[in-house]
Amino acid sequence: MSSISVLKAREKQIFTKGEEAPFEMSCDTKSLAGAVSQRACVFCGSRVVLYPIADALHLIHGPIGCASYTWDIRGALSSGPQLHRMSFSTDLSETDIIYGGEQKLQQALLELIDQYTPKAAFIYCTCIVGIIGDDVDAVCRQVEEETGIPVIPVHSEGFKGTKKDGYRAACDALFNLIRRNPAPAPLPRSINILGEFNIGGETWIIKKYYEAMGINVVSVITGDGRVDEVMQAGNAALNVVQCSGSVTHLAQKMEEEYGIPFIRVSYFGIEDTSDALYRVAEFFKDSPRIMEKTRDLVKNEVNKVIPYLETVKKDLEGKKAALYVGGAFKAFSLIKALKTIGMEVILAGSQTGTREDYEILKEMCNQGTVILDDANPLELAKYVMEKDADLFIGGVKERPIAYKLGIGFCDHNHERKIPLVGFEGMENFAREVHETVTSPVWDLVPRRAAKKSSPPAGKEKAYDTP
Amino acid sequence: MLLRHTTKEIKERKSLTVNPAKTCQPIGAMYAALGIHGCLPHSHGSQGCCAYHRSTLTRHYREPVMAATSSFTEGASVFGGQANLVQAIDNIFTTYDPDLIAVHTTCLSETIGDDVNQIVNKAKKDGKIPEGKYVIHASTPSYVGSHVTGFANMAKSMALQFAKKSGTSNGKFNIVPGFVEPSDMAAIKEMVKTLGISPIMFPDTSNILNGPLTGKYTMYPKGGVSIEELKSTADSIGSIGLGPLASADAVRALDSQFKVPCQVLDLPIGLLATDRFIDALRSAAGVSVPDSITRERGRLLDVISDMHHHLYGKRVALAGDPDQLIPLTEFLMTLGMKPVHIVTGTPGKAFAKRIKEITARLGDEVKVKGPGDMYTLHQWIKNEPVDLLIANTYGKYIARDDDIPYVRFGFPILDRIGHTYFPTVGYRGGIRLLEQILNALMDRMDRDAPEEKFELVM
Repeated sequence: MSSISVLKAREKQIFTKGEEAPFEMSCDTKSLAGAVSQRACVFCGSRVVLYPIADALHLIHGPIGCASYTWDIRGALSSGPQLHRMSFSTDLSETDIIYGGEQKLQQALLELIDQYTPKAAFIYCTCIVGIIGDDVDAVCRQVEEETGIPVIPVHSEGFKGTKKDGYRAACDALFNLIRRNPAPAPLPRSINILGEFNIGGETWIIKKYYEAMGINVVSVITGDGRVDEVMQAGNAALNVVQCSGSVTHLAQKMEEEYGIPFIRVSYFGIEDTSDALYRVAEFFKDSPRIMEKTRDLVKNEVNKVIPYLETVKKDLEGKKAALYVGGAFKAFSLIKALKTIGMEVILAGSQTGTREDYEILKEMCNQGTVILDDANPLELAKYVMEKDADLFIGGVKERPIAYKLGIGFCDHNHERKIPLVGFEGMENFAREVHETVTSPVWDLVPRRAAKKSSPPAGKEKAYDTP
Repeated sequence: MLLRHTTKEIKERKSLTVNPAKTCQPIGAMYAALGIHGCLPHSHGSQGCCAYHRSTLTRHYREPVMAATSSFTEGASVFGGQANLVQAIDNIFTTYDPDLIAVHTTCLSETIGDDVNQIVNKAKKDGKIPEGKYVIHASTPSYVGSHVTGFANMAKSMALQFAKKSGTSNGKFNIVPGFVEPSDMAAIKEMVKTLGISPIMFPDTSNILNGPLTGKYTMYPKGGVSIEELKSTADSIGSIGLGPLASADAVRALDSQFKVPCQVLDLPIGLLATDRFIDALRSAAGVSVPDSITRERGRLLDVISDMHHHLYGKRVALAGDPDQLIPLTEFLMTLGMKPVHIVTGTPGKAFAKRIKEITARLGDEVKVKGPGDMYTLHQWIKNEPVDLLIANTYGKYIARDDDIPYVRFGFPILDRIGHTYFPTVGYRGGIRLLEQILNALMDRMDRDAPEEKFELVM
């Protein structure tokens, strides 16, 4: 197999476990100019975090593209209002760029608030707004005064960093909302669920578990979110953080300001879901019934899904998976969940992992596993083929690459409609992986068809080098 | 009711676009650049633009879409993007080894005033562009025009930055196909060839964004216009640009710079527009129309006559790009239908004027807006209902809300397949469009028919 050249500056972003080289994962950096990066921008980070607040107005201040590309793009479900699914933009044109867009923004805001009476408004600043210097804060203050609802600027100018900085900007906006509750009154046995976005109804599954355990969920940030609920978040006794990459900053702020402690959990896979629920129960150990209820819940739920998992495991035992996900925390759970159904991970990559994340990843992985930060499609294709993966887990841009290579794919990102969290989510995940990995279509792929009919004579070159 | 937020009462909006019927320039430029063989598109701006454009194109074509980014930081935004672009060019040729890089700007790099031409020259002077490799560029600010404008700008750059007159005619015709599907590009090429003309078609995304599964990942699939062909465009006998907004700039530039006579026609969608295209090719090349094409025309006409009673007088709402909507509206008129609500997001006065001309016989029944948005279209529909909606994927919300038969057409289509494989241009494409329209209308008739009126033959 011929190798592709890896940019010198990227060498420290790729590591193979078991190799001599010292492990000094370089990460949390900007992508190199000229990279075919799978990453997005600050705006993207803010947008995905705040988007599920369904009774708020989300207005994108900038040229049309940013609004077009994020119109109803995330399957974050709402049990009530659907205002978040509309696409509102100031659609800046050339004259606005020259003379400034403040007036347009103000007018748009007033029109929208008048028409929809939202509970709050988030104004997303895009690249261009940062450059032309619109005083968005001032416009927001003025409109807030006039309308009486919270009007919150989100400083998500695309060039101001990475997607992670966008998460931070979103957390600042959320905190802006939370601190408007002047006198938080702590509620017993209560939590906020943080970093859960209700993709395919996942929030509802998790909430159901907590209800069964006797825990009060004050707010979910931001799945099936409501402005009033978010504003009550300061009343909770504990913050349970799922997507740590996106909301840890908020959890930290709430700890500083309100003394609310937080724990990092994952609801993906049997092991991590059970662990998450037990840790929350443990936190409320003063109420002994909670732990008891939690044990019953876990036992019941696990018993429900195990028989199915055992059936797919027979087919999946020893199959190999490659992961390329947003935050590395997701990768940890995926590795465990794949193990549950008999699969082994041969590549694990992330767009936004931190050094500590990669340390943990290294510990979890088998010898020979490739660990990647901010990879490009050529690298992904190269390692997937070298390691002969049967499954790729990634996002929208990776899907057609996996299919072109003739391997199964599972979306663990934006485009999901079926929930993956919790015990029933594990069953959905196992079903999806089983369906794609054992699909007869892959036997028809020339590479595999050839392998079946003739003895292996060295690996065929699996991609055309540029 | 997904779009419960659409109200019937219409208020004039000046500062606000709701549910857009367009997107921004760079994605059009990226799509066009993918139609050159061995080309890596490059987005000169921050990472998000490139990621969004790649995601949207990936979802629409269901193919890997590659493009690089200058990865702007705050520093670049203050001090200019020269260092980023020069470094990008260097990195791209080292890592991905394309034959050329097609750079397009974003609103960010445009506004800070980066002179991409000067930066590319600097990269060349610094030896960052290897021998025999190229960098072309187009200016595509997101706050001007729409994705169609971006396509036009890149198509124009493609020709102008390569074309060289050698003095000897190549005996070919330049064809700029417009922002259409890979399947349409292949179909246009086939029609041209059937008339005995050799085309240089640019851009050409057929075989690039509708490629086969081979079990290999190919960064530069075997398709697209070649650099040699692009150089040769100045030696062609003539040029035809299909769709004035997407293609006129490119063919007119070749005309004014290299005296390659050009014609700008509507996209060959529907019977009459295809007639005009075939006729233009026939007279420009001095050939006669082969029987095979005449037979295809006859078949389309035959299907229309077979089915006209299902189509007559049906009211249609349309949203999409101007180049597509103009011939589509004309086709619907040919079918006896009534295109009554028509919206495009792309700015430009010529659009409404053309639509009004085409639909003159319907008089005031026809509402047209450009630029408008899907929200406006939905409000019009709520006030004056239609029998059919033709729009891109986002039309599905309106169709569901108001329970309207619906045909997906345009860009993007994120939830169905077929568009990349089955063309809608030409006479055969007309039959496909007709089939889709009829299926939508007749499925509805079957669904709603009372027992005694449910029929085997329709």
